[in-house]
This record gives sequence, C-alpha cells and structure tokens, in this order.
Amino acid sequence: MKVGEFAAKASFSAVSMPDPDREINGVYAGDLLSWVMGNAKEDNLWITIMTNSNVIAVASLVDVSAIILAEGVELDEKTALLAKEKGINVLSSEKSVYELCLTAGSLL
Amino acid sequence: MGETLHFHYDVDGGNFTSAGDASVHVKRKLRQLGFPPETIKRVSIAMYEGEINMVIHAGGGTADVFVSPESVKIVLADKGPGIEDISLAMKEGYSTAPENVRSLGFGAGMGLPNMKRYTDSMDIESELGVGTTITMTVNL
Repeated sequence: MKVGEFAAKASFSAVSMPDPDREINGVYAGDLLSWVMGNAKEDNLWITIMTNSNVIAVASLVDVSAIILAEGVELDEKTALLAKEKGINVLSSEKSVYELCLTAGSLL
Repeated sequence: MGETLHFHYDVDGGNFTSAGDASVHVKRKLRQLGFPPETIKRVSIAMYEGEINMVIHAGGGTADVFVSPESVKIVLADKGPGIEDISLAMKEGYSTAPENVRSLGFGAGMGLPNMKRYTDSMDIESELGVGTTITMTVNL
C-alpha cells in the first residue's frame, strides 16, 4: 500500500507528504535512534514519539517510507520544514504506539 | 570511475542538528555514482553513528571518505578524551553518554556495534587524552 492511501484510510493527518506514492513494506516501532538504524528496513513505516531533527536524518538514512508520530506529539516548524526538504513523509496521530501498530497491522 | 574520490568534512562538536549532514552528503554522492542501495545504507549509517559519537563525546572532529570502485573507506578522527576500554565500548547497550543526549534518542550503547555491524572492517585507535581515530571499510 502507498503512504497516501494508508494515511487516508487511517485518517492520519499529514505533517509532511512530499512523496505520497512511496510503497510501505512493513512497520518498525521504536524511539532509540541507533536501534532504529540497526533494525528498521527500507520502506518501513516508522512509529515513534521522538520529534527532534535527528529523527529526519535517521528516516532519510534508513529510507523509511514514512514516519508516524504517535500520542499526538508534534514537530516544531523548523523540523517539519526539514522533513519536506529531505522528502520525508511524516504523519501524525493521537493514538498510542500500540494502537498504531494494530491499525497498521489491519490495513497493510 | 577509475580513481579514488576523496570527500572531507568537519564535524561540528555539540551540534546535534547539523550532525548527520556529512553522512547525508555522502549518501547523495554514492547514489549519484550509482552504488547499490544496500552499500549506500551501510556506509551512511555507519558514518552517521560515528558523527554522532564525535559530537557526543569528542567535541567534533573530521570525517574523510575515500570512494573507489572496490570499496568505501571512512576515516573519523577526533581530539576527544579517548576510549578507556574499547572492548567495553563495543558491547551492545554500554554507554557513557550523558542524560541530555539520551533524551534525544541517542546514547543507547548501539553506536559502535552498529558501525561494526554495517561495515566489513573497523579499526579503532584511541589514546586517552589524545583522541580517537576510527577507520571503517565497506567492500563492494
């Protein structure tokens, strides 16, 4: 499933969606950035509550299809802009990490 | 591409926002040169971990990347405090990173292990009070 379609079906708001046609091939949830870099796969959705600018660098290096921000956390304006510049899709939701995993599991 | 290309970067100490700029730049260059995606990922993640380490522990340093058709070599050098016990530092989960770094999502004790995991060879030279030089190679 593509990121744009996934966001619409799950009713997640898009903080940044420069590339809605990215394919999703799985899900990784985690907040420790080195664990994410060690274990997340290219084209995964990455569910996290971290919002500092390093999250955008990690998403870019791992090449995830989108970041989903859980629990209603927000990117500041500068980081949201950075995400758009780097071509990183960022979705956000009020749901918990667990609920987001369930949602992704049922839709993908 | 017959010869070795050399890229040099200064890594700014104490700046977590710009940390990663060099790795992202190398990633873009390797992509332009047509390297396989898996190689690019290994190089850029190993280098990013190294950059972050220099920012956390050493007040910055330099990164030199040598690209040839056979391999990508990354040399990270700093004038930080040095690593007291390298084998302990290589252990997954062992970290001396301060609390403020952990709140950013770093300091999980996975940096050096990830660098080793993603490269074909890694050599650490470190002297207390003098600095650390890490040389990593990813073969094609």
